[in-house]
Amino acid sequence: MTETRIDRRFAALKTQGRAGLVTFISAGDPDLETSAKILAGLPGAGADVIELGMPFSDPMADGPAIQASSLRALKAGQRMTKTLDLVRAFRKSDNDTPIVLMGYYNPIYVYGNERFLADAVAAGVDGLIVVDVPPEADDELCLPAIKAGLNFIRLATPTTDAKRLPAVLANTSGFVYYVSITGITGSAAPDVGKVHAEVKRIKGETALPVAVGFGVKTGEQAKAIATGADGVVVGSALVTAIENSLDSEGRATGKTVPAVLDLVKGLAGALRA
Amino acid sequence: MSKPTDMKGDAKLNSYRAGPDERGHFGLFGGRFVAETLMPLILDLEKAYYDAKGDASFHAELENLNTFYAGRPSPLYFAERLTEHFRSQSTTGGGAKVYFKRDELNHTGSHKINNCLGQILLARRMGKTRIIAETGAGQHGVAVATVCARFGLPCEIYMGATDVKRQSPNVARMYMLGAKVNPVTSGAGTLKDAMNEALRDWVTNVSDTYYIIGTAAGPHPYPELVRDFQSIIGNEVREQMMAAEGRLPDTLVACIGGGSNAIGLFHPFLDDEDIKIFGVEAGGHGLDVENGHAASMNGGAPGVLHGNRTYLLQDDDGQILEGHSISAGLDYPGVGPEHSWLKDTGRVTYVSVTDNEALEAFQLCAKQEGIIPALEPSHALAHVMKLAPTLPRDDILVMNMCGRGDKDVFAVAGYLGMEI
Repeated sequence: MTETRIDRRFAALKTQGRAGLVTFISAGDPDLETSAKILAGLPGAGADVIELGMPFSDPMADGPAIQASSLRALKAGQRMTKTLDLVRAFRKSDNDTPIVLMGYYNPIYVYGNERFLADAVAAGVDGLIVVDVPPEADDELCLPAIKAGLNFIRLATPTTDAKRLPAVLANTSGFVYYVSITGITGSAAPDVGKVHAEVKRIKGETALPVAVGFGVKTGEQAKAIATGADGVVVGSALVTAIENSLDSEGRATGKTVPAVLDLVKGLAGALRA
Repeated sequence: MSKPTDMKGDAKLNSYRAGPDERGHFGLFGGRFVAETLMPLILDLEKAYYDAKGDASFHAELENLNTFYAGRPSPLYFAERLTEHFRSQSTTGGGAKVYFKRDELNHTGSHKINNCLGQILLARRMGKTRIIAETGAGQHGVAVATVCARFGLPCEIYMGATDVKRQSPNVARMYMLGAKVNPVTSGAGTLKDAMNEALRDWVTNVSDTYYIIGTAAGPHPYPELVRDFQSIIGNEVREQMMAAEGRLPDTLVACIGGGSNAIGLFHPFLDDEDIKIFGVEAGGHGLDVENGHAASMNGGAPGVLHGNRTYLLQDDDGQILEGHSISAGLDYPGVGPEHSWLKDTGRVTYVSVTDNEALEAFQLCAKQEGIIPALEPSHALAHVMKLAPTLPRDDILVMNMCGRGDKDVFAVAGYLGMEI
């Protein structure tokens, strides 16, 4: 497939000799307007790749922080069309920072796979991470996404053994997302030594960049994890910053946008140090 | 938003009993929609199950447990007074002869034990040392806690906080059996939320933990293996009806939450195409009440949740609705994928009854037959109340009495405003 913003960004990071910061927020959390402001500020704060969560009522692979984030967005009226609108608006001022939509299959399926892929490409989306569509179902969404020009980014996990890894990598493009723990997002901190060994194992099987996520919360952790990896994903810590900035009614305050962006600046600084 | 799902068009099978295919599909439905962390385990489970299926010693051990531990076969009982009652109601001089398959007499009080005995043997075969499960009404939770006690394995049950309240007798039973019950407060605190939490536990403890799913749903191979373990219901009915009447029944009726008791009764009869088959969904406050029912096939659309594609209660943005039913065991926004396929092929007719109709059936059964049914099969009986008087006298109807009502008596007394 042709080169995407994701490919270009990881190539540039390689030239700079550092790992990229991949940031996750849920689209529409805590409301559409605030979410658009956070999104617009992320590249300036140091995010190299943006994962934008497509909110879902039943995020089975996520811990309490991202569950709450997803539900805040839905409560504020977020829908798939609005998520795509957010990307479209972002692209008016930024044509370089890659955006990966991340979430679960049902909202895509109900939107209609073909229509979704076409609308996502038109809005300026670069890649997809769909947690509950494994390689065994590649014909369902992965292959059509590639055909539409989107990277389909797969998760490799500690349970993805040597026998299975080639199947996981087969149709993956853009980067490989290594899930550092067996568990849900935002839970236990990963064992850095084990992660390094696993990233090395995956890199032995693919030329694609490998980003590591799940359980990374601080700049110090990000820096340690980054050794040997091409990117570090931070999500639960960012949506927790959103949660902690809200007023007693759960509404955004003047602190919400800076709370997230300051945290991103700290993480980005640690990775560049 | 409903998608065309005309399975008649691509049904290449000569049999309704040949599914699923090698990828776990029943036509459009089923499949394996799970996170990568779980995928290797799902594949291991499939291998272990097919291996067990071909192993005579596995079947022998299961049969022994079914006979001496669960108390199978459960009786096929001619409900004489209800039959008379329906005949007296018939405006056509008809009224079917009504039998109950008495799966409420099983050890633990429901059909759930059939599946749990099979799965605990599989778990042991796979070397797993910890068991988790979700439960709605608590019938499955009690059955899981029971087999875990019997086999000496630690057990954690996820149960929605709302259900913990409305099914407290079963919560007490699980504790007595040594299980840990984790109330789930996310969402509406019902079965869907319990299943989300069980999946989160599983993904975290994937190496040592076996997840005993309680219904014929979830990622392949669960819908197939749960159906196979529950098919003992229909297989026994075939034999027992031949002994009682010298022929097969004409009509089958069972309630549908996830649909495990129903698929267990229906599956052995699917290719007997003269037999009419009815699945009864929970109509709650009525299908016209938004988010007020749990009838995923009659009031939902195809989607993907909890590892399979099936009919779901959802909004037009693909967000899952909570649904509602008086019966905690039917209060689930999805249904087993084989039912979705049987609906689209037209082989099974899926109907719904309301909370109030189920309550009426509950009382009728208690007073006419001296059997206090669970609220789940009360839904099946509520449809029998409508159907039986319209059928001819020589129509033999079998309804699956899949659970007993002990767990429901206080809740029902509350609904009826009875002073106890």
